[in-house]
Amino acid sequence: MENKTDLKQFFINQFDEFEKSLNGEKSSHFHHLRKSAFEEFRKLPLPTQKDEEWKYTNISPLLDYNFSRSAKKTDVSPDAVSKFLFDKMEHSLIVFINGRFSSELSKLTDIPKGVVIGSINEAIKENNPIVMKHLAQYAGFKNNIFTALSTAYTIDGAFIYVPDGINVADPVHIIFLTRAGNEKIITQPRNLFIAGKNSRISIIEHYVSDEASVYFTNAVTEIVAGENGIVDHIKLQEESINSFHISRMEVDQERNSNFSSHLISYGAEISRNDFNTRFNDQGGECMLNGLFLINGEQLFDAHTMIDHAKPHCKSHEHYKGILQDKSKGVFNGKVMVRQDAQKTNAFQQNNTILLSDNAVMNSKPQLEIFADDVKCSHGATIGKLDENSMFYLKSRGIGDEAATAMLIHAFASDVITSIKIEALRDYIEEIITKRFNQ
Amino acid sequence: MSTTEVNKIEELANKEYKYGFVTEIETDSLPKGLNEDIIRQLSSKKNEPEWMTDWRLKAYRHWLTMKEPHWPNVTYPPVDYQDISYYSAPKKKAKYNSLDEVDSELLETYKKLGISLEEQKLLAGVAVDAVFDSVSVATTFKDKLKELGIIFCSFSEAIQEHPELVKKYLGSVVPYTDNYFAALNSAVFSDGSFAYIPKGVRSPMELSTYFRINAANTGQFERTLIVADEGAFVSYLEGCTAPIRDENQLHAAVVELVALDNAQIKYSTVQNWYPGDKDGKGGIYNFVTKRGACRGVNSKISWTQVETGSAITWKYPSCILQGDNSVGEFYSVAVTNNMQQADTGTKMIHIGKNTKSTIVSKGISAGKSNNSYRGLVRIGKKAENARNFSQCDSLLLGDKCGAHTFPYLEINNPTAQVEHEATTSKIGEDQIFYLNQRGISTEDAVSLIVNGYCKEVLAELPMEFAVEAQKLLSISLEGSVG
Repeated sequence: MENKTDLKQFFINQFDEFEKSLNGEKSSHFHHLRKSAFEEFRKLPLPTQKDEEWKYTNISPLLDYNFSRSAKKTDVSPDAVSKFLFDKMEHSLIVFINGRFSSELSKLTDIPKGVVIGSINEAIKENNPIVMKHLAQYAGFKNNIFTALSTAYTIDGAFIYVPDGINVADPVHIIFLTRAGNEKIITQPRNLFIAGKNSRISIIEHYVSDEASVYFTNAVTEIVAGENGIVDHIKLQEESINSFHISRMEVDQERNSNFSSHLISYGAEISRNDFNTRFNDQGGECMLNGLFLINGEQLFDAHTMIDHAKPHCKSHEHYKGILQDKSKGVFNGKVMVRQDAQKTNAFQQNNTILLSDNAVMNSKPQLEIFADDVKCSHGATIGKLDENSMFYLKSRGIGDEAATAMLIHAFASDVITSIKIEALRDYIEEIITKRFNQ
Repeated sequence: MSTTEVNKIEELANKEYKYGFVTEIETDSLPKGLNEDIIRQLSSKKNEPEWMTDWRLKAYRHWLTMKEPHWPNVTYPPVDYQDISYYSAPKKKAKYNSLDEVDSELLETYKKLGISLEEQKLLAGVAVDAVFDSVSVATTFKDKLKELGIIFCSFSEAIQEHPELVKKYLGSVVPYTDNYFAALNSAVFSDGSFAYIPKGVRSPMELSTYFRINAANTGQFERTLIVADEGAFVSYLEGCTAPIRDENQLHAAVVELVALDNAQIKYSTVQNWYPGDKDGKGGIYNFVTKRGACRGVNSKISWTQVETGSAITWKYPSCILQGDNSVGEFYSVAVTNNMQQADTGTKMIHIGKNTKSTIVSKGISAGKSNNSYRGLVRIGKKAENARNFSQCDSLLLGDKCGAHTFPYLEINNPTAQVEHEATTSKIGEDQIFYLNQRGISTEDAVSLIVNGYCKEVLAELPMEFAVEAQKLLSISLEGSVG
């Protein structure tokens, strides 16, 4: 590696240059936050496996490269994007190429009046009051070096605002396409989704690449589900097999809100996802589901935390994994029930199938409970495909591979069927078919 | 709830720890503090051979390089290791042949605890190796065990009389480098129990010790080593109570179990040390390293524990399933009330083929206490067809206590079948109502429900203990209903 400096030092050195490139934007209100996040970044050490939160995830391969912000503008034809679209689905599309918003490729359907769907970059420059109020308020950068990095270098990302009482019928499909080529680039999408009272929206965050290049995505998403609001969030991670994907999602749920999240992950050499939700008021409901398919030497890590800070809330979490070859899976799910959060109902489950002798799964379903009138349970299973089922299928003349594929489809089905958008369900089934029915 | 009931509950809650008293016996203690000289003195007082002294010193030197760990879910003021006297023994140190020769005051202590030696002798079921503070003072039924070739004696005696066995197995399961408290224990352990069951022998009775912490400011550093040779079986009981003391007392014991081919060890504990008063003042710090190694094929180690006492309990009785087809079991009831804290659980390390482990953990938290289950199940790469089932349930009594579960599952072999499940709940009002309606008081109803909830674990205890454990559960939870 030529001229390699320590990753942290590298970003520290780059900050001045970054500030200069912001031009007039330096005067924006948000820039103060950038600066204090940068100070925090300077102070924090990079995580090692000695940190409990990173016990099973070794990020040292990430440190082998000097990732820099993409310098040149990349032109991408609409055709390159269209293969990542879902069939038969009316939707608004926003596209980010190498982390920057592309208005040419984006296309909004008839969205109701008052709804904002677009780039956060503009909103920051204009000191948009909604962005000022919410951005970086939920994903705290204290003690989280990657969020600090994201906040310090915040430049672009998706911004969606749904005013009170509005139902956005068509899902919003956000594509983050990275084409790094030989350049080792870092993209740091910074997304903010605000749903007002009695509103409804479905959002698909879709991370893709059509190359096998090496790059680093450090995404932070903040979501607010307003009173009685319904927010459905789906994240599809199809990054390049040699890339690094670190993401964080923080959700704030107001009274009686309903939030669902689906994480479908099968790209990236190392992917780490911190998905956290917090009930800020009573009566909320949330669902965190996940499906990860990994092979080769991939590493997938999901850390989730559902914070039952208020009473009468309900959460349901179900993560399923299918591991092949030498892949490594990590699941760390935490359900926290605070002292006054009575009548909480929380369910958490993690099931993993190991299809190879060399695959490794580390699972840690955690409960921390400080209230007595609650119903909380969690479960975890790890094993191979059921021998009896395999035998049943084989005895009916179904070959080894077809039987495996069938059982895997069945295994994944309960996570997939809980996705409300049909076109998306088909798309995910297709992914599984591609991998297992060859 | 009616006022009379509330009053009654308060009255019960305010009950003083009924096993709290101090026995006035002149003790022969070493001065406070810890250094190499103290360890040499301790070793020479016990008339130990040179290899033992060296081992202690090695452990001490290693301990100096270690830092006290703070990862568990408990908080306590820092322990001053120089403010502890590392040795205290009753002065009259004659070896007794019969109970008549034993200091009558000592006997009185046991009587108060409800385990008078005479009575035990009469019952003739249990051989008691009573540890009063640090030195064994009475051993019964030794002759009977001797006939079968079973060695059951105090650790000091084992060092003198069976050095080859001690040398071979001491530190082989828990090396002195293992952790901070194990290193400390290895350096300063005063006494403990040693049992060796020869090939093919089934111990005809349950072996048992009764630990007791006495004499102010004496941390107890017990060391237990049990070896079951090929085809042997032994069931071992450990039970504890301790007197009221305002200062926190440190207890850092080490228990090592070794099971060779086809051997089986069953280790049961009832722990009821002083938990501190209801404001969290005083109480014992119970930081224990317990580990069993299933070395041989088809061997089995089973841990059963009922933890009701101690201000802080921090222990993970573990099984290393090395031999093919070996089995590890862990059954636990941990009760915390008032300001008690418990961070307990187990580790099941599957190394051999076809190894099996079962974990059943029942946590009960009341008052302002915190109860954590922390467990590890690791399936090694070569552990074909390993099987694990874990269940950890928590019961919450009151809205100021906490129940936590931290299970770690590390699976490196696809043929493994690992299941983990946990639930947290409280005693339903409908359940209480149902029992009230049938004329059972709320207090008794809770006790009934809790005993039912723990039944799976209590059923694993030997008879003698099961009865005591049930009583303990009721006593520990007195006043927690609200």
